[in-house]
Amino acid sequence: MKKRLTLALLLGGMAASSAFGETLFVTLEKDNALAVVDAAQGKLTKTVKIGKRPRGIVLSQDRKQLYVAASDDDTIQVIDADSLKVVGKLPSGEDPETFAMDPEGRFLYVSNEDDNQVTVIDIAAKKAVKTVPVGVEPEGIAVSPDGKWVVSTSETTNMAHWIDRRSLDIVDNTLVDPRPRACAFTGDGRQLWVTSEIAGALTVFDVDTRQPVKKIGFKIPGVTQEKIQPVGIRIDKDRRYGYVALGPANRVAVIDAQKLEVVDYLLVGQRVWNLEFSPDQSRLYSANGVSNDISIIDLEKHKVLKSVAVGHYPWGLVAKP
Amino acid sequence: MPPISKRLPIIFICFLLTAFLPAYAAKKTPPAPKSEPKAAAEPKLDKLSVAYLAQDGETQLVLPFFEPAVSDRGVQGARLGIQDDNTTGRFTRQNFSLRESIVATDGDVVAAYKALLAEGHRHILVNLKAARILELAALPESRDVLLYDIASRDDGLRGEACRPNVLHLLPSRAMRADALGQYLAKKRWNKWFLVVGPGDGDKLYAEAVKRAAKRFGAKIVAEKAWQHSFDERRTPESEVPVFTQGVEYDILIVADESGLFGDYLPYRTWLPRPVAGTQGLVAASWHRTHEAWGALQLQNRFRERAGRWMTEEDYGAWLAVRAIGESAARAKSVDFDKVKDFMLGDNFALAGFKGVPLSFRRWNGQLRQPVLIAAERSLVAVAPVEGFLHPKNELDTLGYDEPESKCRF
Repeated sequence: MKKRLTLALLLGGMAASSAFGETLFVTLEKDNALAVVDAAQGKLTKTVKIGKRPRGIVLSQDRKQLYVAASDDDTIQVIDADSLKVVGKLPSGEDPETFAMDPEGRFLYVSNEDDNQVTVIDIAAKKAVKTVPVGVEPEGIAVSPDGKWVVSTSETTNMAHWIDRRSLDIVDNTLVDPRPRACAFTGDGRQLWVTSEIAGALTVFDVDTRQPVKKIGFKIPGVTQEKIQPVGIRIDKDRRYGYVALGPANRVAVIDAQKLEVVDYLLVGQRVWNLEFSPDQSRLYSANGVSNDISIIDLEKHKVLKSVAVGHYPWGLVAKP
Repeated sequence: MPPISKRLPIIFICFLLTAFLPAYAAKKTPPAPKSEPKAAAEPKLDKLSVAYLAQDGETQLVLPFFEPAVSDRGVQGARLGIQDDNTTGRFTRQNFSLRESIVATDGDVVAAYKALLAEGHRHILVNLKAARILELAALPESRDVLLYDIASRDDGLRGEACRPNVLHLLPSRAMRADALGQYLAKKRWNKWFLVVGPGDGDKLYAEAVKRAAKRFGAKIVAEKAWQHSFDERRTPESEVPVFTQGVEYDILIVADESGLFGDYLPYRTWLPRPVAGTQGLVAASWHRTHEAWGALQLQNRFRERAGRWMTEEDYGAWLAVRAIGESAARAKSVDFDKVKDFMLGDNFALAGFKGVPLSFRRWNGQLRQPVLIAAERSLVAVAPVEGFLHPKNELDTLGYDEPESKCRF
């Protein structure tokens, strides 16, 4: 009785702070499954088997479908976001890992790590409309908010390739720090942020000149430098804060996105890989690969609220309102 | 007959002109397609040819029947490196090629080397014995050349006998022994029983093990020489227990670089103790169990290309070619001096699928790198092991650090 009361109070409190209604979908790389988490309850509600080695995940524009890269099945699966049934697949090319969607939700741009190319998929037609040759081991990929650019970063070539989204030709290549992992545009489309595993740093590029503006390093007391391997990036829409997952450093760095300075480190689970905002951007969720959980972070207080066990090797996640 | 020979080319040119002029003219008539000016404006490719020099049979180990013989160790890694460099080169307008020179077992390596120099090669990967590398490096022609030692483990070559024109891609024996020493120190397996084979390399590795024992607080409680005085294929089950009897120890460390007896030791010792060193738990720059930091991608790419697992020599050659390609891309030039300056400068950071940037030690040309500690089917640890600290770079806790190095360029 008492327990139930506390829970009710707790839930009430949570609900009061914000509308906490979203559902999270988490890809589990080693379980070949998708975990479904009720964000309000902070509870795993369901796990469904999907394709082999699921990694990248994107929610369709109408929020009715999930696109999941089943890396070892060499395809992107289309999953109904309500029934969680696999309803189709997209021709992603070999070993898809990360991919990005254009602002209109019509195309997917997929990094094919083993084939050194980016595959462009017309979602409605379920067709690969073009492959763009890029550097060795393309990984990070992002589409600019104005839809003008697709940027692909290649891990062994150490470059950001600037692909004109209309012509799908590479128009420029920028050398970046060794082993770039992820890239993201700011909401205003003026900056591109790129993380580098080997440099242990984030580099901010000016989109107009495509030249670096600032390199941000990370230092955490008691954590050796080689553990700091920046990966996933999320920047809020007003460019107040950016968040960078630091991999085996088990922290999410909070960056003042105007001053481009680190303001805080939030302790999350082990080998934090990718991040996602709640739809209202009041919370951040992190997929922690080695501790097999996700962390829920309050962004008003910059505080980790809770971690939720989800299954083996959570890789990426999306939030559906 | 000079008149005819002079006239012939003229006739030929005339023929060429008549053959191509109409086609050229026809091409000109429609409005030029949009892509044409762009193609014409493209600057020409900067080309760099890297040489690979090896001698047949020189580095082959004795293999058990279940291991396939590999005759192209090293060169396959160089080929993959060139492919990777060129993928980058497509965007930087640099083109890399590989000139392979494999000398027969009784062939003349020096002559082959000089032939490569005569062709204009100045970046030369060598898969040769230490003594041969020294011989080549000391030639007067080698002054403005870089030799990339992709296979040796010799500490002498990196120490008193060092040469400023030789870079070493694989960890030395001392680096390997230190890597293992750090791990054993962490486990507190401090009493080592050292078994040494008769080969020169075995003795050098044993020296490195003794040095590591001193550095990491272990004790060599016994040292025995393995004499090959019986046919170990038939009687190891009776010989090894007797050989290892009467010693109280934590771990047996074997020095058998040729793989002649080390594999007979595990599970046959008198006491139930693990085996490490050149067999059992090994220290390596590359291993098939290594998958972290994107290593799986390199493993897959290599296997797809070569049809076998990547060996350490392949990794060494891949690193050398990537070091050249990365330096050329960053220096925006294929000029020898510019590439070399970048490679040996402060900004060089090579990604070798080990999570940290790799770079060359200024004092002896050794590539500093993490060393893998691996069992046959399991990656056990990666050195430097956590807790072994260094004021400048933790990778320099492995092998001879600057103050200890006997290398003087």
